[in-house]
Amino acid sequence: MTQSAQTARLKDRGLIDRSQSLTFTFDGVPYNGYAGDTLASALLANGVRLVGRSFKYHRPRGILTSGSEEPNALVELRSGARREPNTKATITELYDGLEAKSQNRFPSLSLDLLAVNGLLSPFLSAGFYYKTFMWPASFWEKFYEPMIRRAAGLGRAAQEHDPDSYDKAFAFCDILVVGSGPAGLMAALTAARTGARVILVDENFAFGGRLLSDVRTVGGVKGADWVNSVVAELRSFPGVRLMPRTTVFGAYDTGTFGAVERVADHVPVPAAGVPRQRLWRIVAKHTIIAQGAMERPIVFGNNDRPGVMLASAVRTYINRFGVKPGETAVVFSNNDDGASTIEDLVGAGIRVAALVDTRTMLQPATKSFARKHGIRIFEGAVVADAIGSSRVTSARIVGADGTSQNIACDLIAVSGGFNPSVQVTTHLGGRAQWQQELAAFVPGALPKGMAVSGSAKGTFGLASCLKEGAQAGEAAAVASGFQAAASAVPAADDEPSDISAFWHVKTAKHKAFVDQQNDVTAADVALAEREGYRSVEHLKRYTTLGMATDQGKTSNVNGLAILAQLTGKTIAATGATSARPPYTPVSLGALAGEHRGKHFKATRLTPSHDWAKERGAAFIETGMWLRAQYYPKPGENDWLTTVCREVNTVRNAVGVCDVSTLGKIEIHGTDAGKFLDRVYINMMSTLGVGKARYGMMLREDGIAMDDGTAARFADDRYFITTTTANAIKVLQHLELCRQWYWPDLDVQLFPVSDQWAQYSVAGPRARDLLAKIVDAPFDISNAAFPYMAVAELTVMGGIKARLYRLSFSGEMAYEIAVPARQGDRLMRTLMAKGEEFGVAPYGTEALGVMRIEKGHVAGPELNGMTTAGDLGLGKMASTKKDFVGRVLSQRPGLADPTRPRVVGFRPVDRSARLRGGAHFIGKDDAAVAQNDQGYMTSVAYSPSLGHWIGLGLLSGAESRMGEILRAFDPVRNGDVLVEVVPATFVDVEGARLRV
Amino acid sequence: MRINCPHCGQRSNDEFSYLGDASIVRPDPAAPNANEAFYAFGYERANIAGPMQELWYHAAGCHAWLVVTRDTRNHEILDVKSAQEVALERQKAAGTAQ
Repeated sequence: MTQSAQTARLKDRGLIDRSQSLTFTFDGVPYNGYAGDTLASALLANGVRLVGRSFKYHRPRGILTSGSEEPNALVELRSGARREPNTKATITELYDGLEAKSQNRFPSLSLDLLAVNGLLSPFLSAGFYYKTFMWPASFWEKFYEPMIRRAAGLGRAAQEHDPDSYDKAFAFCDILVVGSGPAGLMAALTAARTGARVILVDENFAFGGRLLSDVRTVGGVKGADWVNSVVAELRSFPGVRLMPRTTVFGAYDTGTFGAVERVADHVPVPAAGVPRQRLWRIVAKHTIIAQGAMERPIVFGNNDRPGVMLASAVRTYINRFGVKPGETAVVFSNNDDGASTIEDLVGAGIRVAALVDTRTMLQPATKSFARKHGIRIFEGAVVADAIGSSRVTSARIVGADGTSQNIACDLIAVSGGFNPSVQVTTHLGGRAQWQQELAAFVPGALPKGMAVSGSAKGTFGLASCLKEGAQAGEAAAVASGFQAAASAVPAADDEPSDISAFWHVKTAKHKAFVDQQNDVTAADVALAEREGYRSVEHLKRYTTLGMATDQGKTSNVNGLAILAQLTGKTIAATGATSARPPYTPVSLGALAGEHRGKHFKATRLTPSHDWAKERGAAFIETGMWLRAQYYPKPGENDWLTTVCREVNTVRNAVGVCDVSTLGKIEIHGTDAGKFLDRVYINMMSTLGVGKARYGMMLREDGIAMDDGTAARFADDRYFITTTTANAIKVLQHLELCRQWYWPDLDVQLFPVSDQWAQYSVAGPRARDLLAKIVDAPFDISNAAFPYMAVAELTVMGGIKARLYRLSFSGEMAYEIAVPARQGDRLMRTLMAKGEEFGVAPYGTEALGVMRIEKGHVAGPELNGMTTAGDLGLGKMASTKKDFVGRVLSQRPGLADPTRPRVVGFRPVDRSARLRGGAHFIGKDDAAVAQNDQGYMTSVAYSPSLGHWIGLGLLSGAESRMGEILRAFDPVRNGDVLVEVVPATFVDVEGARLRV
Repeated sequence: MRINCPHCGQRSNDEFSYLGDASIVRPDPAAPNANEAFYAFGYERANIAGPMQELWYHAAGCHAWLVVTRDTRNHEILDVKSAQEVALERQKAAGTAQ
């Protein structure tokens, strides 16, 4: 529809593909650009220079840079669920249909009512959060904060779920090269030629770095052509991976780097199966950082006006994108970059009104070039202010003699020198070093395996960068064990890079911005200094200088240089704030990858899960496991009805519960018994073959760790179970004991939790049911296979199985285990064969009710604070041997007989409901902390007794049977009188176990 | 961080779990000062800045406990040994096989 003019597009320049026209919108207005453009270059090509409003003062802002350091040109990209705020227009690759909106303006970009904030600036200076809004305190939440949030701040995040997927990947290489400018390309090429495995990453979508932006000759050809030939050669090596659109955001230990690959950010919607971004973990033996350098601005009045642009960015827009960033330029610099810039401006047909240099001795060649093209030269001079309200209309120049004059222009190209990109070199604790002759911080001590080359190291000439890159590539390859291959360094010239440090124009009449993203001015830095914030770290936090999405890439050095001037210290003595990962913002989606929603963690299913699902079970997450909680029958509308039925079935007929989630460990070896004696509090070496025993383990500090059973199948072969929750922890503990405490014992451990499907078959008809499936000649009678017997046998016609006569429910019960793949079949068989006995499956809820009825402790009692004595199991501890936790369990505090111990409770009013977590308080005592005597750990409605019952920890429990206490539960408004009773509620003598 | 497991080769640290100082040896429970010795064993730790011997467990690998010598100042891993072999050597040196 709109074939917009692209009035600022140059005809004969740029690496864009003019055959591919792309349409995009900015604030709803359609424009055209070309493939190879960024959003910023396409906006400039269409004459759009106002692109956003600033954070605090809502000042008009344009495009300052051409890279990831951009503080101003932040836009909301895309819309709806894919809306992404704070996207830098300068690195957003243009695609057909791109939608972008400006940020932080109300109601529109050109008419921003909140620009009135600029008039309030006396109240919004450094530290204003701390000063202005302190009083009255109650106003903060209701008034100040909402107001500030509306007025200040950056873009709006999407309100819907991100519909795209994000991926994670690992890569390994000999040499990682970060950055593909002249140094990086030479490093990668030299290393690749030796046969080393090389990964070359660049945050840009095109390789080449400054060689795409500057008019240079390398090896007798144009810079961009040389780049193409190198990239083509790199592609020919099978061991080389080229990764454009990939930012190395952090350096981590042992040569590990975090990187984000923007796989599909340059298309409207990712293709099916393609992630939007991919988070890489790259592991490299050697790394060469060649991320180049970033130009910094000079701080002068109104230096944030649209039309003020870094000189190197001006050249990038002209040479790489074929765009005129203005019609008439003033160039302001303190270094030789100004001279290169006037040449490119003139070459592109842009009028240059003046070259303003803070130095007094410009190169004769620069002067004669200026004279030839009618460019006025101001030596020892400054641009004090940019003039113009929403864009630059002229520059106020103050000469060496102090006289000032305005020169009309719509572009001020500024260069205050270059900051080597040292951030990644400091992530592991290194400190950048100030180098006065370069007026720049250069990398200090580097992590092992890391080298830096090119302008990232402060080496600014092209020929030197190429040479240094080649040397770094060769050194890394040789260190990785490869033979150096003869690699010629292509011929090039070193450009002049003289600089004389200059930071801040003190004759500025207007606000002079140090940090444009955070609206921090030179006056704010001075205010902070006056108020005592004189360390760079304090300055940063007081003024917010260097924070937010650009992390001060264009502002940090200027800020601390101004601070150094104010404090009279050197920059070296002032120091810099530490850069931490990430180098540029990383989306949370990329960090999460596929680990979101149901995929946040793995779900473990038992072998008969499908059967339980068919049966309509309700499931509960226990750790990573999904366990059947109860199995409702048609017509049962509430869980308690179902659970009571399941309990009654077990108590009166037979029930089957899936206990496959228990931890299971084989313990083999001639010292297996001795080993178990040392890890359990009770004796296991005396356990007879074919028998099982309940056991408890302590932590070394004397606190109970886990309980379970140990079964002995042969003299040198035990099998133990752990609780579901502690399966992994107990194995790790036992491995520590075996390998580290007693390495000489002949013991081996085999975790077999997943190998066995295991079911509890419980109830008076349990034996009748099992008799139907055990293979002859196994004798399952009580006499042949009594309580606590174990055996290896076959079931269902030859299936290997293990049978344990154990009971958690208190009924006559067995646990039967079959290989995991037979679990489903076993469950279905038990249900079919058990029909005549009234069998029903039962879930974790009924299991819990029955263990409380029997007074067995579980997770709520084994809570990491209780001892064996607290749990009523103190008598189990053997006095004939040492075991882990024995010594420290005898400490006075843990052996104190008045410690809270597990005991039972029932409500005085039998119809009352008990609540877990209620605290015990004397019947007539006030409900205050000092009267607290313990708390309820587990409660259940007991269908066997017809009322609620509970287990709890109570001080001096044994001597208090029959006492009435308050169970106080202020959270749920509960205050129930309870009676202290023995912890076993059903079959106190345990007669049912042995029938 | 990457740890060179003697059985599995160099692996990422997320496969391992950390326990602590490997220079601390479980005391003799039969010794007369066992109470004090176990208290120190359980609770007293030096905050080492520099190379430190640590116990790591290759949980997502071979289940071996390892004695890793790591410089706590920069996470450089200087040495990795099988904990069982270290413990056997220690027993041999002390003549305390149990």
